[in-house]
Amino acid sequence: MKRILPPLVPFVVITALLEAMVRSGFVPGYLVPAPSAVFRALADNRSELATAMGRTSAAAFLGFALSTLAGIGTAVLLSTSRAIQRSFYPYAVFFQTVPIIAIAPLLVIWFGYGMQTVTASAFIVSIFPIIANTLTGLLSTDPALRDLFRLYGASAGVTLVKLRFPAALPQILTGLRVASGLAVIGAVVGEFIGGEGLGSVVDVARTQQRVDKVFAAVLLASVLGLALFGLISFISALTLRHWHASEQET
Amino acid sequence: MTDRTAVARGVALRLDQVRRVFDKRLVVIEQLDLHIDAGEFLAVLGPSGCGKSTLLRMIAGLAPPDGGRVIAEPDDSRIAFVFQDAHLLPWRTALDNAALPLELMGIDREERYARARAALGQAGLAEAESRYPAQLSGGMRMRVSLARALVTEPRLLLMDEPFAALDEITRFNLEVQLRELWQSQGMTVIFVTHSISEAAFLANRAVVLTRRKGRIKLDRRFDLPLHRTNELRSDPCLGREMQILMAAMEEE
Repeated sequence: MKRILPPLVPFVVITALLEAMVRSGFVPGYLVPAPSAVFRALADNRSELATAMGRTSAAAFLGFALSTLAGIGTAVLLSTSRAIQRSFYPYAVFFQTVPIIAIAPLLVIWFGYGMQTVTASAFIVSIFPIIANTLTGLLSTDPALRDLFRLYGASAGVTLVKLRFPAALPQILTGLRVASGLAVIGAVVGEFIGGEGLGSVVDVARTQQRVDKVFAAVLLASVLGLALFGLISFISALTLRHWHASEQET
Repeated sequence: MTDRTAVARGVALRLDQVRRVFDKRLVVIEQLDLHIDAGEFLAVLGPSGCGKSTLLRMIAGLAPPDGGRVIAEPDDSRIAFVFQDAHLLPWRTALDNAALPLELMGIDREERYARARAALGQAGLAEAESRYPAQLSGGMRMRVSLARALVTEPRLLLMDEPFAALDEITRFNLEVQLRELWQSQGMTVIFVTHSISEAAFLANRAVVLTRRKGRIKLDRRFDLPLHRTNELRSDPCLGREMQILMAAMEEE
């Protein structure tokens, strides 16, 4: 309750305030719908929105899972030598700097219309924070502890598994938190151009001037982002609670 | 009484013309000759940057010398290192931290836990084995670090200002405890410190290094009792040894 109540209070207050502002005519309903209209749109289109939510969830989750595996794997590889890092890190930065909306049409050409394109979009948008944070974590291992592992003859693999990876876990989880939200954004953007899901619902509703439905789909995308973020936070609390200040009650 | 009565099972060390250079230009240690007897407790003193820690790392094999040789007799790999801070793995309990060296050496789980429990017991931490480092005081963390070093029954124990960050009472108690462990286990100890009183209280012999090029300014064998308790701290004979060390340090 201590964790749920603080964010719930501003949500209720802002929702009530917005409702009052739209009902009083202070904010025109065709620009920003009343929260009650958004909830009505959610109820009226529940079947369509549930299907869209399922598709977006699947693509976002799959893209996020792939970027987690590939991002951590890439960071481990980059951390093995400075030469590899200098050669390949700029290409990892490429994923961060290229706007997804610009390359989404290419994804449609490469993967076709559907789930694969949307997953690829989620993957591309979410991989960089995982690589960057994991790499920072892996390169920040306490030198004294590295010496200790060397002293007892630990191999590079053992040092990675028993020292460098667990020591990097707080940074890895920070990267995953950022990436979880980005994966949902990537999936929704991918659906604008090459797939079906909440993104395509937003796109169609926009052309129909159905602002309430746009907001309903956006709300569901946010719920999805929060759910992924919550999952990572849960894993973080579970793994770091005994030893890292970020998960300990002050 | 200055000699050990227990049979020494530590290694003897000989450093011949040892040299260490940083960035191809900065000579930290130049042509250092030092012989350390098996089972000796040697303190290494000197101003900051004189190469004390570099010397320890070379002896441990973590930083090979740029010239000269470090010879251990017998050539035994059972070396333990205690750092300035405890440097524990925060995600492991005290028991798992103490057992870490044995785990890395491939000792089976049952044996390593039994030996880690014994080492924690020696360090007075039997009750704290399931606690994480964040749940321990600074002194307790350093004791776990000491237990981790002793769990392999090292023949050479290298300590780099291990008690520098601790409060005085905790430090005094740990010093007495370390001295007792050394007496009972007979390993060779090389203890780097900035503290003259710590060096005189703990060691049987101290070397003071020069500020530049890590040469030996003073090599002093102490005329102090084998068994040392906190009462010795107010004894004039300890004060005399401290004065000799201080004079050498002040010249630097």
